[in-house]
Amino acid sequence: MTQTKSLSSETNAEAAYLCLQGVSKVYATHDGPVRALEQVSVGARRGEFLSVLGPSGCGKSTLLMIAAGLLRPSSGAVSIDGAVVTRPRTDIGIVFQSPVLLEWRTALGNVMLQAEAKKLERTAAKRRARDLLGAVGLSGFEDKYPHELSGGMRQRVSLCRALIHDPNQLLMDEPFGALDALTRDQLVLDLQQIWNKRRMTVLFVTHSVPEAVFLSDRIMVMTPRPGRLDRMIDIELPRPRTLAMRETPEFAAYIREILDLFLARGVLREH
Amino acid sequence: MAEAERSLPRSPAVAVAESEASAERSRARRAWRARIRNVLYPVGVVLGVLVIWEAGTRLLEVPAFLLPPPSAVAVSFIANAPLLLFHGWITTAEILLGFALSIVVGIPLALAIFLWPTFSRSVLPLLVSSQAMPKVAVAPLFLVWFGFGLLPKVLIAFLIAFFPVVISTAVGLASIEPEKIYLARSMGFGATATFFKFRLPNALPSIFGGLKISITLAVVGAVVGEFVGGDAGLGYLLMVANGSMDTRLLFAGIVALTVLGVVLFLLVELAERLAIPRHIIAGDRGVHETA
Ligand SMILES: Nc1ncnc2c1ncn2[C@@H]1O[C@H](COP(=O)(O)OP(=O)(O)OP(=O)(O)O)[C@@H](O)[C@H]1O
Ligand SMILES: [Mg+2]
Repeated sequence: MTQTKSLSSETNAEAAYLCLQGVSKVYATHDGPVRALEQVSVGARRGEFLSVLGPSGCGKSTLLMIAAGLLRPSSGAVSIDGAVVTRPRTDIGIVFQSPVLLEWRTALGNVMLQAEAKKLERTAAKRRARDLLGAVGLSGFEDKYPHELSGGMRQRVSLCRALIHDPNQLLMDEPFGALDALTRDQLVLDLQQIWNKRRMTVLFVTHSVPEAVFLSDRIMVMTPRPGRLDRMIDIELPRPRTLAMRETPEFAAYIREILDLFLARGVLREH
Repeated sequence: MAEAERSLPRSPAVAVAESEASAERSRARRAWRARIRNVLYPVGVVLGVLVIWEAGTRLLEVPAFLLPPPSAVAVSFIANAPLLLFHGWITTAEILLGFALSIVVGIPLALAIFLWPTFSRSVLPLLVSSQAMPKVAVAPLFLVWFGFGLLPKVLIAFLIAFFPVVISTAVGLASIEPEKIYLARSMGFGATATFFKFRLPNALPSIFGGLKISITLAVVGAVVGEFVGGDAGLGYLLMVANGSMDTRLLFAGIVALTVLGVVLFLLVELAERLAIPRHIIAGDRGVHETA
């Protein structure tokens, strides 16, 4: 945890847990600076499932990396419980856009990497790792190497690795982006189940409108690059959500709202 | 899998188990055939070359001092076995010492190159030009400096063999996905742990690729050293055999050197097998993956 000076809590009176204030990011590239994020202010409440939705290249990954303390914002600040983040946050679980598994470690070994980093007691951690792998349908695959697993399985291993130390916050960058629709549905259900039990704060980056509506308490819709906060949408569907709920008019209305927004911004075009 | 068996009514579960078993059997059979092929084909080629060689030298009545038939080489090899063994040991010692020195110097050097860009910028040009320079040319100088013993040969072997170790280690250390480093940081690993848990294992396939090149070059280096000035070793024996027109012994010496080179290479490969899981051994990735 990084505890330093406190931020003046002028925005987000409702006690945001994770708070981004006026975050901008400019990348220096060969052909001039690229503005990836512009003045993004957003707060996630404790235990909230917040999704970040936006077109490709709008700065979602950048936003997540900044929230994780892995990238420094060009201006603005990130704070956790009022403490400004200045170093990589180690108290979180993070799932990248690709699984990022170590090829020379088995599925179990990859999950245990987190336990080694946190110096958790070995036997207990191992038991928990096995339980987690079992919970996402990977029992029997503990001793397989990443190259022996399917893409979906690999991403599930990386999800377990992000959960084994029971973090208060989960940051996920399009974790299911590269998967087929069926695997994706299953993992979304698995994730909902895990979140329902533990209620950690989740920052979930996605391209998929239905996925965001299905999982989230709130959705932060971003504009095309440079990414700015376009609209915050509260999703007031009952929980736990079921696959059948995707056919309801309420669900469809949320999708419609977001698609209309994208149409208005020129992200989508109906010729 | 007879026709009669196939027509029998079976429960689906049995059918699945059976096709599983048959898949396993055919996999085992294929693996076995591949293994036989891997041994049989090269051995066949070598035997074929030997037969043509033997027949050719006999039919064309090539004088033995020009090109002895393989059978004569074999006879000479057996007759001179103690001599070959004695000189072989000395050459082996030179090669291994030169190779060990390549590792002891090459890996820390690569580490320094990787860790300090300034060091890399100042040292790399020198390193590259040391490779452009023909090592055979400095061999006589080494003799002047270090006498006729083991040392100059070890140093020449080292000079030729260490470069691939440096380059492959430096490339291996640098070629890691940035996400892995981000992951290490967000999990809270420090610099040392990140090195040993992420970078080094990630670099191992590439490092071993370099070591395999290095060991074959160390053989060349030791023999070059012995050619230029020595009183022992297989290279020296080759010079002596050449001087006395004993072409059979010359060939026997070449065979001994070849066997030595292959055995040492296989030992490095064995170390590689022990050090890293089979599926990430260079070939899929590693040497071919540059930063
Ligand atoms: N390291 C970098 N150097 C330079 N420019 C970068 C870098 N990383 C991202 N960018 C630029 O910043 C913008 C936002 O990138 P980012 O990866 O955050 O987008 P994204 O919303 O995650 O996209 P996607 O949905 O396709 O993953 C892009 O235009 C990209 O070109
Ligand atoms: Mg992205």
